[in-house]
Amino acid sequence: MFFGASLSWNDILFMLSGAVTTIAITLASVAIGTSLGVLFGLARAGSPWWISWPIGGILDIFRSIPLLIQLVLFNSFNSMFRLHWPTYLVACLCLGIYAAAFCTEIVRSGVTAVPTTTRRAARSLGLTWFQEVVSITLPMATRIVFPSWIGLALGVMKDTALVLWIGIVELLRSSQIVTTRVQEPLLVLSIAGLIYFLMSFPIARLGAQLEKRWRIQ
Amino acid sequence: MAYTFQWRPVLHSLPEMLWGALVTLEIAALAMAIGTVFAILLALAKRSGGKTLSALADIWIETARNTPALFQIYLIYFGLGSFGLRVDSYSALLLGITFNNAGYLAETFRGGFSAVPETQTRAARSLGLGQIRTMWHIVLPQMLRAVFHAMTNQMVWSILMTSLGVVVGLTSDLTGVTQQLNVVTYRTFEYFFVAACLYYLISKIFTISARLLASRLFRY
Repeated sequence: MFFGASLSWNDILFMLSGAVTTIAITLASVAIGTSLGVLFGLARAGSPWWISWPIGGILDIFRSIPLLIQLVLFNSFNSMFRLHWPTYLVACLCLGIYAAAFCTEIVRSGVTAVPTTTRRAARSLGLTWFQEVVSITLPMATRIVFPSWIGLALGVMKDTALVLWIGIVELLRSSQIVTTRVQEPLLVLSIAGLIYFLMSFPIARLGAQLEKRWRIQ
Repeated sequence: MAYTFQWRPVLHSLPEMLWGALVTLEIAALAMAIGTVFAILLALAKRSGGKTLSALADIWIETARNTPALFQIYLIYFGLGSFGLRVDSYSALLLGITFNNAGYLAETFRGGFSAVPETQTRAARSLGLGQIRTMWHIVLPQMLRAVFHAMTNQMVWSILMTSLGVVVGLTSDLTGVTQQLNVVTYRTFEYFFVAACLYYLISKIFTISARLLASRLFRY
């Protein structure tokens, strides 16, 4: 046992492996969130109010409750129903549904931004509903909402920090573990912050640039 | 399902949780108020400040927007200790959310400022108003009207973010009280379910009253 241990290369590697966990959870949750979001978004945009409103109301609940509480509740289902799901799965599902709640509104705004006349024209050229959605509506909607989707993905990336509460060692938790050994919280947290920044800032800039470029056309 | 729900202890401690909800609202409102002031200063620094001021504002805004809120709270709670400052969890949470709110609102306000026509400023100045009075009486009211909706959204975020206090050991807000009760009783689902309902109610009540307020304030 010795005091005054300084930050070593291994600590950095440990934090980077935490960052990999953060990225993995982000990718999985965004994938779940986007597929559910497209499904619900299409349903909300193109169905009568008695289907659209309940979907909107239920998804609104997920946006009005702190993610931390949702994680704890999801995690408690695990023991209540004896599911024995790994914590990673619980975290990804919970974040995925949380992301879906936001993605649904993004998809809906994109789909409603596609002019009805364009969609009708496609249908009258003989495309089925499914063909029209896949080759007309979704490509046009994607162009419109891609910047906000990037914002959502980055938001989910930042929200993954909360999964430390249910016992997953991601970037923030790994930096905390390193801190307990090195006893230099400011230095270690700054490195963690730098890693978060490097993961988020370039993509945020890309999104802003695309938004600017696509707006002109 | 081999689980028996026990709602009685939750009902019993409902008053305690409601007090926690009040603390939650207090932190969220304070963080929002202080954050708004800083956000206006940040937006002004980016618009018309010198190079140094603008760069400092950039660092604040980009850090707030590109790192997790929980990280920002950690940085204040654990990081400031390196400077010999001992911050309790309440202040760490309040400062963290304030920092985050200011960063996000600064970007909103920047958009809001550019929504106020330049001619308004020039007209006010040529009528003899000073720079500060022009800002206070002419530009700010119009800017705040343009960003009102975005601000109510940020307030809801602010309320939801207060739940992070429990991670740095806060026990007085809604999540903190719930966690305390949970640790004693192990009725995790019941307590957190009621907490979730309370959070939902708080954010809905706030959103609806903000909408009513907007319809009264912005009639013209």
